[in-house]
Amino acid sequence: MSFQVHSQDFIARSRDALADAPLQSALGKLRMGLSVRRREAVAALPEFEALREEAAALRDYTLATLDRQLETFEAQVRARGGEVHWAPDAASARAIILELCQRYGAKKVLKGKSMVTEELELNEHLEAHGLRCVETDLGEYIVQLRRERPSHIVAPAIHLRKEDVAESFAAHHVGREHADRSTAEALMAEAREELRAHFLSAEVGITGANFAIAETGSTVIVTNEGNGDLTQSLPKVHIAVTGIEKVVPTLEDASTLLRVLARSATGQEASVYTTFSTGPRRPEDPDGPEAYHVVLVDNGRSAMLGTEFEAMLRCIRCGACLNHCPVYGQVGGHAYGSVYPGPMGAVLTPQLAGLDDTVHLPTASTFCGACEAVCPVKIPLPSLLRRWRQRAYDARLDGDRARWLLRLWAFFAARPRLYHPLLSAATMMLGWLAGPGGSFRRLLGGKAWTESRNFPAPEGGSFLAGLQGEEFAPTPRKAPSR
Amino acid sequence: MRVALLVSCLVDGLRPSVGAAALALLREAGCTVRVPRQQTCCGQPAWNSGDRATAQALALKVLQDFADVEAVVVPSGSCAGMVRQLPEVLGPEHPRLGEAEALAARCFEITDFLVNQCDFTPAPLGAGQTLTYHDSCAGLRELGVKSAPRTLLERAGYTLTEMTQAETCCGFGGTFCVKYPAVSVAMADEKLASARATGVPLVTGGDLGCLIHLAGREERAEAGLSFRHVLELLVPTPAPALGAGHP
Ligand code: SF4
Repeated sequence: MSFQVHSQDFIARSRDALADAPLQSALGKLRMGLSVRRREAVAALPEFEALREEAAALRDYTLATLDRQLETFEAQVRARGGEVHWAPDAASARAIILELCQRYGAKKVLKGKSMVTEELELNEHLEAHGLRCVETDLGEYIVQLRRERPSHIVAPAIHLRKEDVAESFAAHHVGREHADRSTAEALMAEAREELRAHFLSAEVGITGANFAIAETGSTVIVTNEGNGDLTQSLPKVHIAVTGIEKVVPTLEDASTLLRVLARSATGQEASVYTTFSTGPRRPEDPDGPEAYHVVLVDNGRSAMLGTEFEAMLRCIRCGACLNHCPVYGQVGGHAYGSVYPGPMGAVLTPQLAGLDDTVHLPTASTFCGACEAVCPVKIPLPSLLRRWRQRAYDARLDGDRARWLLRLWAFFAARPRLYHPLLSAATMMLGWLAGPGGSFRRLLGGKAWTESRNFPAPEGGSFLAGLQGEEFAPTPRKAPSR
Repeated sequence: MRVALLVSCLVDGLRPSVGAAALALLREAGCTVRVPRQQTCCGQPAWNSGDRATAQALALKVLQDFADVEAVVVPSGSCAGMVRQLPEVLGPEHPRLGEAEALAARCFEITDFLVNQCDFTPAPLGAGQTLTYHDSCAGLRELGVKSAPRTLLERAGYTLTEMTQAETCCGFGGTFCVKYPAVSVAMADEKLASARATGVPLVTGGDLGCLIHLAGREERAEAGLSFRHVLELLVPTPAPALGAGHP
C-alpha cells in the first residue's frame, strides 16, 4: 500500500491537538467561519436542495458510465493535441509525472493546489530526483515551508494563525528582515513577491483538476488566488493530475457541480477563478503551455465501484463535511493522520490505506449527521462509516474490552427476565449510594467516563420494574386554556 | 389512539421520572398506552459498533414487543431514529423486512407525536421560568424534530432563550463518549459555553444520553447549569434536576 497514514495514533494525536493552544485558537475561527458563510449562501439560493439532488444524481450517472466517460475524455484530449496517461496506482503516477518532467528537461516545477498529488506524495518523489517543487497556493506554500501536510482539503493552512505564518516567513524568506508581517494582506503580498520569480523560471506546472469534462477534453480548476491560472499557463508544460472519478460528461454538468461546490466550500456563489484548460496552446492563442498532459489516477478508486462504498466516489472535495464536523472542529486535520481528514477522509482512508491501521477513523464519530446534512452530493457519510465499523467488528479490529462489554450487555438485553431485576437492583444500589441528586466522581471500571465528567447517579430502581400493569387508559384533562 | 411506549434503556435505568412523564403525557393526550414489559433496548449500541448479528437479534425482539399498535412512541430521538433504521438493520433480503418497515413508519419521537399527532397542550407549569433547548443530533437530523419540543415548552408557559450552538453535537455519541473521552468532553465544553452564554439556569433536551453527559461535565467543571429531559418539565417531577445546580 503506497498510501502512508499515521491514524493508529488518533487518540494521542487528538489529545495533543486539544492541548495545543495556538491550534485551538485557529480552529475556533474555522468553527465560526466557513459554516456560517455556507449557511448564508444556501439561504440565498432557494433551489439549493434541488441542486443537491441533481448533483448527486449526476455523479451517480457518471460513475455508472465511468468507462465510457473516461474514454470520451481521453479521445477529446487527444483530438486537441494533449496526452492522457493512466496511472493504476500511486507508484505508477509518480513515475509517469517524473518521466514527463525529465522529458521536458525540467528543473523547477510549479504546483497548483492538488489533493491527489498530496495523496501521491509527489513533491517528495520529484525532489528526491533533483527537482525543485514550488507550491503556489498560499496555504500550500505555507505548509510546504513548514514541512507540514495540509490539515484541510480546501484550506491547507487552516490550522495556523497569522502569527505562525509570520514566524515561518521570517525564518525562510531571506533579505526581508524589516518586512511588515502584521496583517494577512501583508503576508499575502510577501508570498506573492517570493513566488513571482518562480513563476517565470519553472518549466512545468502541475495542477489538480476539480473536474475533467468528457465532452470537451477540458480540465477545470477553481481557485481564489489566481495562482492556479499562472501555474497552468506560464510554464511551457502543463500536467493536470486527477482521480478517475473527477470526470463529468458535459460542460453543463460541470456548471451544475460548480454551483454547489463553491457555496458548499466557502459560501461563495462562485470561486474567484474558474479556469478551463483544453489542450496545448494553439497558434492563434495569446498564451498557454506548449504541451498539455492529463494523468488519470486510480489508486484504489475503481475498486470502490459496485461496492457498498461507491457513493464515496461522488465526492467533489468541497470540504463542507470537515467544516461542519464537530470532531474535526476540535482536533483539526492533522490528528487524523491521513491526507484526507474529517468525515470524507474517515470513509476514504480505510479504502486507500487498509482498515488495519485506520480503524479509529470510522470510530471517532458521534454520527451526529452534520456532514451528511451539508454534503452537496448527498453522500450518506455516517452510514458509510458504520459499514467500516461492521468490517472492523467482523475482522476483530475493535478493542477486546469493548467487544466483551457489548457481548455481555447483549446477553442480558436479549433476556428480559434477567435484565429487568438486575437493572433495577443495580440502579437502586447506585441511587442509594449517591443520594438524591447525587453523582459519582469515580466509578469502578468507568474511568473513561469519570476522568473528566461526573456520572449523575440513577434515580434508583428502573421504570419498568416499578410499573404496575401494562395497559393504561387515557386520562384527558379538562379543556386547557391556551 | 392505541400506542405503545418504547421507554429506552437509559430512561428505564437512569431516569424513571422521564418514563413516568411520558406515560402520563400520552394518557393526558388521550391515548391508550401499552408499556410492553419485555422490552429492553433497541440495539443501537450494537448497530453503531458494527455488530450486525446482535443488532438484528434485538431488532427482531423490538418487532415482537411492539407488534399491533397504531404507534410506537419514544422519549428519545436517538432510539426513535434507531427504530426508523430497523429495515436497514434487517437488510433487504430478510423475511420480516415488511414488518420492520411498517414499524419504522409508525414510530415517533414523543414531542413530535404529542404536537403533530395529538395537538396536545400540557399543563401550565412553566410560568416565569427560562431555559434553553439542546437539539440532539438524531432527533434533529434523522427525524427533523426541531419545533415540536419548543412548541410544548412554550404552550406550558416556559420562556426559551436559544443558544447559538443549539444544533451542534454535544459530544455524547453513545460509545464515542468513552472511546474518545478527551474529544467528547471538548465538544461538551463548547456546548456548555454556548448554553451558559444565554444566561438561563436550565438546559433541556429530548435525549437523556446528551443530558447525562453534559450534566456530568458541568458538575465536574463546578459550574451551575441544571439539566432536565423536556418531558420532566411538562408534568410535575419531584426528582431533582441533573447537574450540580439542582433542583
Ligand atoms: S464528502 Fe461531500 S461534503 Fe465532504 S468533501 Fe466530499 S463532497 Fe464535500
